[in-house]
Amino acid sequence: MKKIFSRPKSLKDAPFHYCPGCGHSIAHRLICEVIDELDIRGIAIGVPPAGCAVLAYNYLDIDMIESPHGRGPAMATGIKRMLPDRVVFSYQGDGDLAAIGIAESFHAANRGENITVIFINNAVYGMTGGQLAPTTTMGQRTTTSPLGRTRELEGYPVQVCELLSGLRGTTYIERCAVNTPANIMKTRRAIKKAFEYQMDNKGFTLVEILSPCPTNWKMSSVEACKWISDVMTKEFPLGVMKDIPSAQEKKAVAAHD
Amino acid sequence: MKGYIVINKEICKECHLCISVCNRDCISPSTEYNLKGYHPVFYNDNGKCNGCGLCATICPDVAIEVYRER
Repeated sequence: MKKIFSRPKSLKDAPFHYCPGCGHSIAHRLICEVIDELDIRGIAIGVPPAGCAVLAYNYLDIDMIESPHGRGPAMATGIKRMLPDRVVFSYQGDGDLAAIGIAESFHAANRGENITVIFINNAVYGMTGGQLAPTTTMGQRTTTSPLGRTRELEGYPVQVCELLSGLRGTTYIERCAVNTPANIMKTRRAIKKAFEYQMDNKGFTLVEILSPCPTNWKMSSVEACKWISDVMTKEFPLGVMKDIPSAQEKKAVAAHD
Repeated sequence: MKGYIVINKEICKECHLCISVCNRDCISPSTEYNLKGYHPVFYNDNGKCNGCGLCATICPDVAIEVYRER
């Protein structure tokens, strides 16, 4: 018998502090698997957010530096400009990226900084107790929208991928989920692609990951995964929003033929 | 038997996602406790496991190791 699956080497041997069924730990593992596969453990630098994943440096066995709330892309910009041969990624939640840090994220994307942003979208503020986030879906009940999100009071959810793909600076933007094994494998491919583009100096890459938060959605883990497929993907459709290098490649192949 | 899994019951958090994705009833809930106070799942060795790795792919806590015949 051959071992075909075990803990990735760059994931520390520490038990996760996340709640049962949390998508953060799946995302951590996928990043570690990609780092092992591309063999970039020595040159990868991560920037964890404020939020549930604030302790990500306890799990990822790579260089990590904590950023002020929402300022991950700004810090990653600085690191990448000083050390252009490193693979720099910022790991952010929806409160971190889409609320307090929207300015930094927007302008880093607009400048086309050669960094990768891993954006975990779980539709609530997880760490502070499930308040309404910019990405909360219409009608969703949270502790600060007990009757459900409405257009009059809270407005519409922010679709970060669609927003940033309108900017000319961005290179690759994809929305994935971690609710089924098939979607998890797709997410892994997306993260790998984003890191490869960064290593080829292609520009700003962002992978949005729809992630279950069973505790704050007040569901079981299995129901939370189902809720992503049934409700959340209607508001946030999965798929590649923008992929300039592959589009250019296809164009070149078509022209060659 | 084409494969088997090993579950680290100390880091299992009883989310039962592995049970929901296993098509062959190879994983079952238990009533024993681990050090954190969860009821960890256990490998139900019914000879049907083919080492597909779906449970390990979805396990948030990386508690499952998969072995397969090659």
